[in-house]
Amino acid sequence: MDLDFTAAEDAFRAEARAWLTAHVPHTPLPSLETEEGFAAHREWEGTLSADRWSVVSWPEEYGGRGASLLRWLIFEEEYFAAGAPGRVSQNGINLLAPTLFEHGTDEQRARVLPSMASGEVIWAQAWSEPESGSDLASLRSTAVRTDGGWLLRGQKTWSSRAAFADRAFGLFRSDPDAAKPHQGLTYLMFPLDADGVTVRPIGRLDGKPAFAELFLDDVFVPDEDVIGAPGQGWRVAMSTAGNERGLTLRSPGRFTAAAERLTGLWRETADPSDTALRDRVADAVVKARAYRLFAYAGVSRIAAGGSIGAESSLNKVFWSELDIALHETALDLLGPLGELSDGAADAPAHGGWAEGHTFSLAGPIYAGTNEIQRDIIAERLLGLPKGRR
Amino acid sequence: MRFLLDDEQREFARSLDSMLTAADTPTAVRAWAAGDTAPGRALWSRLAEAGVFALAVPERHDGLGPLPVELAVAFTELGRHAVPGPVVETVSAAAFLDRLDDAAAAAWLPQIASGKAVVSLCLPAAGSPYALDPDAADAVLVVEGDTVRLAETAGPVQPSADPARRLARPLGGTVLAQGPAVAAAAAHAAEVAALATAAQSLGLGRALLDRTVEYVKQRTQFGVAIGSFQAVKHRLADTLIALEFAQPLLHSAALALAEGADHRSAEVAAAKVTAGEAAYAAARTALQLHGAVGYTEELDLALWIRKARPLRDAWGTPAACRARVLAS
Repeated sequence: MDLDFTAAEDAFRAEARAWLTAHVPHTPLPSLETEEGFAAHREWEGTLSADRWSVVSWPEEYGGRGASLLRWLIFEEEYFAAGAPGRVSQNGINLLAPTLFEHGTDEQRARVLPSMASGEVIWAQAWSEPESGSDLASLRSTAVRTDGGWLLRGQKTWSSRAAFADRAFGLFRSDPDAAKPHQGLTYLMFPLDADGVTVRPIGRLDGKPAFAELFLDDVFVPDEDVIGAPGQGWRVAMSTAGNERGLTLRSPGRFTAAAERLTGLWRETADPSDTALRDRVADAVVKARAYRLFAYAGVSRIAAGGSIGAESSLNKVFWSELDIALHETALDLLGPLGELSDGAADAPAHGGWAEGHTFSLAGPIYAGTNEIQRDIIAERLLGLPKGRR
Repeated sequence: MRFLLDDEQREFARSLDSMLTAADTPTAVRAWAAGDTAPGRALWSRLAEAGVFALAVPERHDGLGPLPVELAVAFTELGRHAVPGPVVETVSAAAFLDRLDDAAAAAWLPQIASGKAVVSLCLPAAGSPYALDPDAADAVLVVEGDTVRLAETAGPVQPSADPARRLARPLGGTVLAQGPAVAAAAAHAAEVAALATAAQSLGLGRALLDRTVEYVKQRTQFGVAIGSFQAVKHRLADTLIALEFAQPLLHSAALALAEGADHRSAEVAAAKVTAGEAAYAAARTALQLHGAVGYTEELDLALWIRKARPLRDAWGTPAACRARVLAS
C-alpha cells in the first residue's frame, strides 16, 4: 500500500526502523501514568532526543530533523510498528510546541523547546476547569496584572500529566469585563512547583493518578511566559486545539500497528466459524487503513498549500471510535483472559489490551467531546444552522 | 503526490457532473424502470462521448485505458446521478475481454469504447447468478468455471428492489472461449466491477447526503429548521465521516488495480465494503430525516435510496469483502 514514496522517504523509513530496532526496550516500560513509569519514560525521551528522533518535524536548531509532515507520518508508523513506548512528552510536543511555533517569540522558543525535546521538562496541559469543559470559553480562573507579570488564581482540572510533570500551560481570564466569554483570555505558561500551586492527583477510571487538579493561589508568572498578546488567548489556543483533534494526537501508525496485532490475535485464537467476530476484525483493519490513507491525503493537501480546519473533527470522531472498537474486539477474542490488565502474569501482551481498552474509553471525551465534534462537522462542514446544544 | 486526484481528474469529474445534471438523469432512470430504455441509451451515448467506457478499453482496441483511477472518478459521478443500466457490467466485460485477448475482444471492445455496445456480464463465482439488465444489452457474457458463453436470450426478467435494475439468468448461447485464461480474466473483471460499484456507492452516498442537508435546512418544525437539532446534525455528521473515510480507500484500490499490485484484491474489497456500507447508511439517514415524504416514490430521492442496498451487495457482499481483507 505504499503509494508514492520517494527513494529518500524510503531511506528515511529504513533509518528510523533501524534505529528503533536497536533502541526500543525489549520489555515494556512500566505505565507512564505511574511515578516509576513516568521516570522511565522521561529517560526514553532522552534516548530518542540524543539521536534527534524525539521531535522529527521540528527545525534542527531545536533538536528536530526539519522533517516534512509526510516523513513525520512515516516515522510514527515505524514507531508504533516497533512497539516503542508511549510519549510522556506528548502534551508539550503536540499542543504547546505548535502554539509556540505559531505565536511564540524567538526567546520563548529558544528557552522552552530544547528542554521539551530532551524530556528534561515535561509539560502538562491545563485547559479544563470544574465548570468549564466543552464550553471552554466559560472558564473562570483569572490572571491579574501585577508588576512585571501576572498573578494566577483559580482552579484547573483534568490536567493530563500534571501529577508528575514540571510545567503547565493554559488559558486564564485577564479581562473580566470583556464583551464576550472568549474575549479577554490570556495564554500563559507556569511551573507546577511554583509558590501558590497545589497539585492534587486524581485517580482515573484505570486507577492511575495521571491527571490532576491544580489550585492556583496568586501564582506569579512573568510577562515572558505569556504566549501571544494578552487578551488574545482564545485565538492562540484554538490553533492548538485543532492540532490536538487532528493528526498529531493520534497518528495513524498507532492504529495500523494495533490492527496488525489484532489480526495476529485473531489468527491465533479465533474460532474460524465465528464470522461475526471475523467481520469486526476485518472492519478494524479496514478502518485503520482508511484512517492512514485519509491522513496521507490530508498531508498531501497541506503540502499542496491547503490547510486542515474543521476537518480535524472528522479525524477525532473516527479515531476515537475506531480505538474503542479495536480494543473491544480484542477483548472478545481473549474471552476470560481479556480481563487481566496491566502487567498481569498470565495476560497476553502484558495486559495491554485491557489497559488499552480502558484508555480508549476516554477518547470520545477528551480533546473536545465527540458530541461537540459532530456539531462542528455539521455546522462548519455541512453548513447546518447553529442550534441549542 | 498520488494520495489525491490531480487537476485533470477533478475536472473530468466536474464535467461529468454538469453533463449528467443537464441531461435530466432522473427522467431517464424513471423511464428505464418503466421499460423504456431509449432515454437511458441516449445518456449512454453522452457518457461514451465523454470517454467513460473507453477508460476500460485498451488503446489497441480504440480505448484510452485501462485507467482504474479515472474509472473510479467517473463511476463516482455515475453513482451521484444514479445513472441506470449495466454500466458496471459493461466496463467489467471490457476488462474481461481484454484479458482474453482473442477475436471476441477485437469484435466487442471498440464497440464498448464508442458506446455502441451495451454488454452485461454474469459471473456467478463473484456472487450473483443473475445478469443485470440483460434484456437491454447488446451482448450478455456468462462465465461458468473456465468457460464463457455468449448468451442467446436474456431469460425471464425478474424485478429488483431497485426498479431501475432488472435481473435475469441468461440462457443458452455459444461458447466463446474455454480454459484457465477465462477464469483468470473473470477474476480480474470481478475486481474491476467491485471497484466501479464501490465508486457508484460513494457517489450515491454523497448525493443522498447533499440532498438531505438541503432538505433539513428548509424543513421547519417547532418553528425552526430541523437541521438545527443536534440529533439531526449528529446523524448527518456520521454520514459525512463514513463517506470521507471511504474516499481514500477507493482511490487507493484504484491505484492498486492500476499497478496490478499483489494486495489489490484486499484493497478493492476494503473499498467496496466501506463505500457500500457508507452509502446504505446514508440512504437510511436520508429516509429518516426526510420522514414520510422520503417514503414516497414521487420524490426523486427514492431513485437513490432504492439503489443503495443492491449496490452494497452486488459484486461482493460486505461479508465476502471482509473475508477477503483478512485472507491477504
